[in-house]
Amino acid sequence: MTQHAEPAVTTPPAPGPKDTDGRTAERSMIVRLLARPDVGVFLGAVAVYVFFLIAAPPVRDASSMANILYQSSTLGIVTVPVALLMIGGEFDLSAGVGVITSALTASMTAYQLSMNVWVGVIAALIVSLAIGFFNGWMVVKTGLPSFLVTLGSFLILQGVNLAVTKLVTGNVATDDISTMDGFDQARKVFASSFDIGGVQVKITVFWWLLFAAIATWVLLRTKYGNWIFAVGGNKESARAVGVPVAFTKISLFMLVGVGAWFVGMHQLFSFNTVQSGEGVGIELIYISGAVIGGCLLTGGSGSAIGPVFGAFMFGMVQQGIVYAGWNPDWFKAFLGVMLLGAVLINLWVQRTATRR
Amino acid sequence: MHRHHRAAALAATVLTGALLATGCSSSSGGKKSEETANGASAGKATTPRMTVALVTHQAPGDTFWDTVRKGAEAAAAKDNIKLIYSADPNAGNQANLVQNAIDQKVDGIAVTLAKPDAMKSVLAKAEQAGIPVTGLNAGLSQWKSLGLLEYFGQDETVAGEAFGKKLNDIGAKHAVCVVQEQGNVALTQRCDGVKETFSGKTDVLYVNGTDMPSVKSTITAKLSADKSIDEVVTLAAPIALTATQSVSDAGSKAKVATFDLNKDLIKAIQENSIQFAVDQQPYLQGYLAVDALWLYKNNGNYSGGGEQPVLTGPAFVDKSNVDKVAAFAAKGTR
Repeated sequence: MTQHAEPAVTTPPAPGPKDTDGRTAERSMIVRLLARPDVGVFLGAVAVYVFFLIAAPPVRDASSMANILYQSSTLGIVTVPVALLMIGGEFDLSAGVGVITSALTASMTAYQLSMNVWVGVIAALIVSLAIGFFNGWMVVKTGLPSFLVTLGSFLILQGVNLAVTKLVTGNVATDDISTMDGFDQARKVFASSFDIGGVQVKITVFWWLLFAAIATWVLLRTKYGNWIFAVGGNKESARAVGVPVAFTKISLFMLVGVGAWFVGMHQLFSFNTVQSGEGVGIELIYISGAVIGGCLLTGGSGSAIGPVFGAFMFGMVQQGIVYAGWNPDWFKAFLGVMLLGAVLINLWVQRTATRR
Repeated sequence: MHRHHRAAALAATVLTGALLATGCSSSSGGKKSEETANGASAGKATTPRMTVALVTHQAPGDTFWDTVRKGAEAAAAKDNIKLIYSADPNAGNQANLVQNAIDQKVDGIAVTLAKPDAMKSVLAKAEQAGIPVTGLNAGLSQWKSLGLLEYFGQDETVAGEAFGKKLNDIGAKHAVCVVQEQGNVALTQRCDGVKETFSGKTDVLYVNGTDMPSVKSTITAKLSADKSIDEVVTLAAPIALTATQSVSDAGSKAKVATFDLNKDLIKAIQENSIQFAVDQQPYLQGYLAVDALWLYKNNGNYSGGGEQPVLTGPAFVDKSNVDKVAAFAAKGTR
């Protein structure tokens, strides 16, 4: 664990959750939470929620809330790792198309080889991890901005999605796999719903909150979490104190791959087929979810809870406008104004908090 | 640790590659041969080889345009034509692609006019270069003024109106028209057409067509916000299939009917989860637009005499005729 000349050659200790440090649990946790930027986004989310409670009566139904949470969760599951990556000082523009790549891989592997769909699910995970590894490795090796590297992979994946699908299936959408072995089982994991007090809640909502909880714990309580903040804050000084920069960055990109894989599986098992051209533009929603959630575009600061509210805000505004029955021609404009408003509240809270 | 990590990643990549490779090779051969066996190839013309460019405003990976392209390829194969296909949803870029075709000195151009004004100057250049141009799919009201030879497509407004009448027949009262691309002229015309003839109330709902979960929850939101909606009208087949899930999520009694077809949609009609589809026959559009250029070059014919468009739709597909269409749709040609 000493310094090395080359960026990639570092010797990281085992990653993950093992080292809970000695600081006292409860109090420091609360203090840290309050001092964080997520308080602002939390208040912003509450404001948006209250606004729509008043403006759109259907929002008051529990089933509407389940629907809003569903929409938020399909964004939020990727937003969480994207936020971690941004805290680590990098960017991923390929996440949105990566979701579709993953779904296409799973579907085509299972269908073309006539295998149990779980084979496809595993193959898709491997592909998603490989894409993440490639992104991270390129960024670390070349020192190019991740914006450029992932812009490249974003374009590559778009082309590959289309061309490979067409090559393999002869069409631009995959074949229906809903009758294949293991489909029902996989659907239970990725795309089922639960009955809570008469309301159908999609399983993605639970996964989303679970992933966010795990990410929060990792960020605040583990050595790996400290590494993320360190590499995002100042790479050189992080390296100087022995943080394995290359490992941390590459693994963060791979985590985004895992998030994309999960949502890809959700889409596949929820809609049975995948259109190869989907997913373009969604990467920006993930990133805005993280930014609204208080992650700095420059890295080194942010949380995993903030992006949960960020994704919620997105889902809430998007669906709230429909529930409110406003003129749909203005939809995008409303969306923009609401988001900007929410971010301003966030900013105002942060400024007021730091002034005192 | 580091080495393990790398080795694992390498192994994963290799394994994936192997899996993908086997996936590719085993199927593409089979599918390819199946296509050539089933495709509409009725011999081949002995006329001299010619080159035709088909330039559309397709967004990548859209099932609809794939069908148009297959029609065009079938005609090209039959007529001894070398087909150059290119597409860009951005009007300016599409115009550049037409310019590209002119530069290649092709013998004919088939083009869609989603945003006709952007194509005006480049089509004038094609005329100067003496290249015949046919129109398809979009541009019904402008093809003549832009100097096109003939036009193959559906009158979107007429299709919408036919759709609206059908809704009256089946007794719908309150419809929501789901637009997956805000600002698209043809899609707007469809909804307007429905509004025109449908005697009930028609709402418009915009969804983001590139994000299916968002489409699903937005339609769910609309249905639970307004319980009186009893008909969901979608403008593309994948959106229709998603809408059926929204209907059950929202616990709504609404039925789903749609513009355009694909093979999963055919199955949904057979299983009664979708009422009917209006087909504008994209295969026919692609086929005719290319075949027409061959006829013009070899026999001087042009459909509609340069005055009237050739309408390829609206053709209704419902429970009564779905089985006939199903076999073709399974191949991705209808």
